[in-house]
Amino acid sequence: MSAVASTEPRHRALGLTDAEYALIIEKLGREPNEVELAVFSLMWSEHCAYKHSKKLLHTLPTEGPAVVIGPGENAGAVDVGDGLAVAFKVESHNHPSAVEPFQGAATGVGGILRDVFAVGARPIAILDSLRFGELSSRRSGYLLDHAVAGIAHYGNSVGVATVGGEIYFEAPYEHNCLINAMCLGVAPRDRLTRSAAAGVGNRVVLLGALTGRDGIGGASVLASAELGEDEAKRPSVQIGDPFEEKKLLECCLELLERGLLESLQDLGAAGLSSSSSEMASKGRVGIDIDVDRVPRREPGMEPFEVMVSESQERMLCVVEPDRLDEVLAVCARWDVRATPIGSVTDARRLRVFAGGSLVGDMPVEALVDECPLYDLEPEPPHTPLYPAPAPQLADHPTGPEAILALLRSSNVASKRWAFQQYDPLVGSRTVRRPEAADAAVLALDCDGGTGALAVSIDCNGRRVACDPYTGTVEAVLECARNLACVGAEPLGLTNCLNFGNPEKPHIAWQLIESVRGLGDACRALGVPVVGGNVSLYNEGTEGPIYPTPVVGLVGWLPEPERAAGIGFAREGHVVALVGPYAPRLAGSQLAKMLGEPLEPLAPVDLDAQRAGIELVRRAVREGLVVSAHDVSDGGLACALAECCMAGEIGAHLELSWNGLAPTLFGEGPGGVVVSGPAEGIAKLGEIAAEVPVLRLGDVRGDALVIAAGAATLSLSVQDLKTAHEQAIPDLLT
Amino acid sequence: MKFGVVRFPGSCDEVDALRACRRFGDAELLWHADRDLRQVDAVVVPGGFSYGDYLRPGAIARFSPLMEAVAEFARDGGPVLGICNGFQVLCEAHLLPGALLPNTGLRFLFRQVEVVVENSRTPFTRACARADLLSIPVKHTTGRYYAPDEELDRMEEAGQVVLRYAPGENPNGSVRDVAGITNAAGNVMGLMPHPEHAVDPLRGPTGGAAIFSSLASSVPVAA
Repeated sequence: MSAVASTEPRHRALGLTDAEYALIIEKLGREPNEVELAVFSLMWSEHCAYKHSKKLLHTLPTEGPAVVIGPGENAGAVDVGDGLAVAFKVESHNHPSAVEPFQGAATGVGGILRDVFAVGARPIAILDSLRFGELSSRRSGYLLDHAVAGIAHYGNSVGVATVGGEIYFEAPYEHNCLINAMCLGVAPRDRLTRSAAAGVGNRVVLLGALTGRDGIGGASVLASAELGEDEAKRPSVQIGDPFEEKKLLECCLELLERGLLESLQDLGAAGLSSSSSEMASKGRVGIDIDVDRVPRREPGMEPFEVMVSESQERMLCVVEPDRLDEVLAVCARWDVRATPIGSVTDARRLRVFAGGSLVGDMPVEALVDECPLYDLEPEPPHTPLYPAPAPQLADHPTGPEAILALLRSSNVASKRWAFQQYDPLVGSRTVRRPEAADAAVLALDCDGGTGALAVSIDCNGRRVACDPYTGTVEAVLECARNLACVGAEPLGLTNCLNFGNPEKPHIAWQLIESVRGLGDACRALGVPVVGGNVSLYNEGTEGPIYPTPVVGLVGWLPEPERAAGIGFAREGHVVALVGPYAPRLAGSQLAKMLGEPLEPLAPVDLDAQRAGIELVRRAVREGLVVSAHDVSDGGLACALAECCMAGEIGAHLELSWNGLAPTLFGEGPGGVVVSGPAEGIAKLGEIAAEVPVLRLGDVRGDALVIAAGAATLSLSVQDLKTAHEQAIPDLLT
Repeated sequence: MKFGVVRFPGSCDEVDALRACRRFGDAELLWHADRDLRQVDAVVVPGGFSYGDYLRPGAIARFSPLMEAVAEFARDGGPVLGICNGFQVLCEAHLLPGALLPNTGLRFLFRQVEVVVENSRTPFTRACARADLLSIPVKHTTGRYYAPDEELDRMEEAGQVVLRYAPGENPNGSVRDVAGITNAAGNVMGLMPHPEHAVDPLRGPTGGAAIFSSLASSVPVAA
C-alpha cells in the first residue's frame, strides 16, 4: 500500500470527487459499502459514463435511412440490402497498451470483436489505428513491435481478417501510444440483437472464461486519470486468450441463430458491474447476481473484485428458464463454460449476493444514467500547445531528395512490415488487399448479399493539432475519398476520440472544436454517426497527445470488380488529378520534417469537397478510371510515387513546380490521382461540371518523371520502392 | 464427389475451404468430436489454430476422435489434403513425414507466393503440368518444413515433394524450398500455401483451383 492510499479518502483514491461521493450517498440513502463503492466508482468513471463528453456527442448527426442501430448499443449497424446489416465500432485500448503493448493490443482486438458479436453479427474484418512516438526512440520501436505482434496474435488466431489500418509516428505520442481497433461484422438484419435484459424471472448466464483479478480498476483508474509517476495506480493488465474468444464467438452466434437468447452483452470495462447494470437499465428491470456462483481463476477473491474484474473472453446473456438446458448444451458442444449466476427482477436494482447474504444493493438508474455530466470549460490556446517537431531534413533538399526522404519517413513509408503479420484473407471476403486500394473492399456474396463493403480508418493527429476543427473535417473527408476511390458511398461512421485531459481548458477546446468538425463534415456528406468511443486523459507529465479523433467509415459499392486500385495499370493510360485540391505546406509532412511549427490549416469548402468525392465515386463505378488514389501524407509527389510503386510502372507528368513547391509536397483535402484510358479520362472531364480535372500526363516506362519547364525530376520506380519499403524495417533495427 | 472439411475448435479457414470445395463438388463440414466421416470421398483438414495450438501446432488435434477416423480413411487409400494447420496436424499424426518448425523470421507472415509443381502425377496435382507455376498465398507462423536429408532424398526420389517455392519465394526457410508433400502412398498431401484462398479471380490469383479440381477428378464417380 502506498502512503497516498492510506491518507486519502477511499472514494478519492477510486477517482470520485467529493461531490460525486455525496451524490452517491444521496442516491443510496446511506454510505456505500465496499462493493457498492467499487461498482459506483467504475460506473461513474469517464470510461463508462462519458461524463465529460456525453453532452458533446449528442450534437452529432445519428440518423439516416440506412441506420439500423444507432449510438448506445455495443456496436452501431447499417443496412446493406438483401436483408443484411453491417455492425461496426472502433474502440481504444491506449492505456493498457502503454503498460504492456502485446497484451494491451491483443485484448483491444478481443474487446472490439465481442462488441460486434454481442449484437449478433459475425465479425468479418479488423482495422487498426496506431500512434507511437518517433521511431528514433527505442521505446517507440518496442511498443510498435509488440503492439503489432499482439494484434496479429489475437486477430489471426480468432480467424478474423485484418484488412487495413494506419500507423503514425509523432513525438507527442511518445509517452502515450494510441491503440484503436475497429471491427465490422455482418448479420441478417432480423437477427441483430440488443442488450436490454427482459423478462422478470429469466436467468442471467455468464459465458466464457474464468474470472480472475486481471484488470481490476482498469476502466476508472487507467482511462480516467493521467498516467503519472504513481506506480500504485498501474493495475495488472488483462491477458487475452484468442482460442477462448473463438469458441465464445462461434457459440454465441449459434445461440443467437437458434433464437435461444433474450439478450446478450459483452463484459468489457468494469466487467460484470457494467454489463449487468447496463442490461438492466436498457430493459428497465433489475438484476440479482450471486458472485459465489461466478467461476474463479484464483482463490480468495472478494465480492467487489468479482464484480469489477476485467478478465477477458466473457459474455453475459439472459435466458428464459425453460431454454436454459438447451443453452447449456450448445455451450458444452463448443466447450464454452456457461454458469447461471443470477436472474432478472422487477426491482430496478442491481443486487449482489455472496454466501447467501446481500453485499450490494444499488438503484440501476443511479449507476447507469445518473452520473453527473460535466460542462467543458474551453479556452483556445494563445501560445502553441505543442513545440515545433524536431527537424529531420537538411535545410534545402532538392525535389528528388525531398521525395525520397518523404517516402522514407515513418509516416509515409510502407507499413508492409506490419500488415504482412496479419491475415487479410480469412473469411474469403477480401477483394482488395492492404496497400492495393485506398479502402478495404469486402465482398458480400458469401453472406447472401450483393456488391461489397468498403471501409477506411483515418486521422492525421498533427493536422488536428494544427486546427482541431479543420483537421477533424479533413479526417472525415479523407475516409470518404478513400471510399470513393473504390466506388463506395458512405453509409455510417464510427469514431474514437483520443484526447488529453478534458478538465484542462485547452484540451476542452480541442475536443469541442473537433466534435464540431466531425458533425459538420458528417452533415455535409449525409453520413450518420452510429457509434463511437472516447478515450480521454491521454497525457502525462510531458504534455498531451495530439488530439486524435480517429474516424472509421463504412460504405457499400455495387460492383467489387470495378473497385479501383492505387496502382497505375497500363502503359499509355492518362493520369489526372481530380478534385478541389489547394495544397499548402502548413501542417504537411514536409513541414514537419523541416521542423516548422504547427500552423493553422486553410478553411475547407465542404460543398466543393462533396462534389469532388461524388465525381470520383461515379468515375470508378462507371469504369472511366482504373486507378484512383487519394492525395494525403507527403502530398502529390508521394501520391504519384505510390501509384507508380503499386502498379510497378512509371509515369511522365508535367506540373508547375519549383523547389519544395506546395504543388508537389503541400497537403490539403480534396485531391485524387486517377488513371485510365484516354477516352475514360476525357469523359470524366465532360461530366466533371465544376469539379477540377487536371490532366497531368501518362503512364509510361519505369521511372517517375515530373517535368516543369526546363527542370525535370526523375526517379526510378525501383529506387522509390526501396526507399518506401525498407524504411520501417531499417528504422526498427 | 463429396469433400468433407474438418472443423476443430479454433479452425479458421474451414468455411473458406468448404466454399472452395463446393466450386468442384459437394462438400460438408465434419465435426472434430464425431467419428463419422459421412461417406465423403476426400477429406480436407483446413487452416487455423486447432484447439488454440498453444502447445505446438497440431499437437492436440491429432488426438481428436475425428482424426482417428481420418487416419483410418487414409490407410484405406482415401485422399486427404492438409492445408497449413491441416499440414501440421497430418505431420503430428504421422500421416505425413517430417515436421513444421517456426518460420525463420519467427513471425506470422502473409505473402502471395509462387510455387512450382514438381510432380503432376498425384491426385492433388493431376490437373497441372510439371513445372507449372501456381500463385497462392501463405499465412502462417510455423511453416518451415523440415525432414532429415536422407528422408528428403528418399521423398524426392519417390516424387513425394509435390510443390516447391519458386526460386527466391521461400517465405519461411523450408528445407529445399519444400511447400507441399505427399505420403509414400501418394494419397495424403500437406501444403503450407492456402489453395482455398486462390480459387476466385475476383479475390486474387487462382493458382489453388488446380488442387481442388485435381482432387475432384481423382475420385471415381460412383456408378
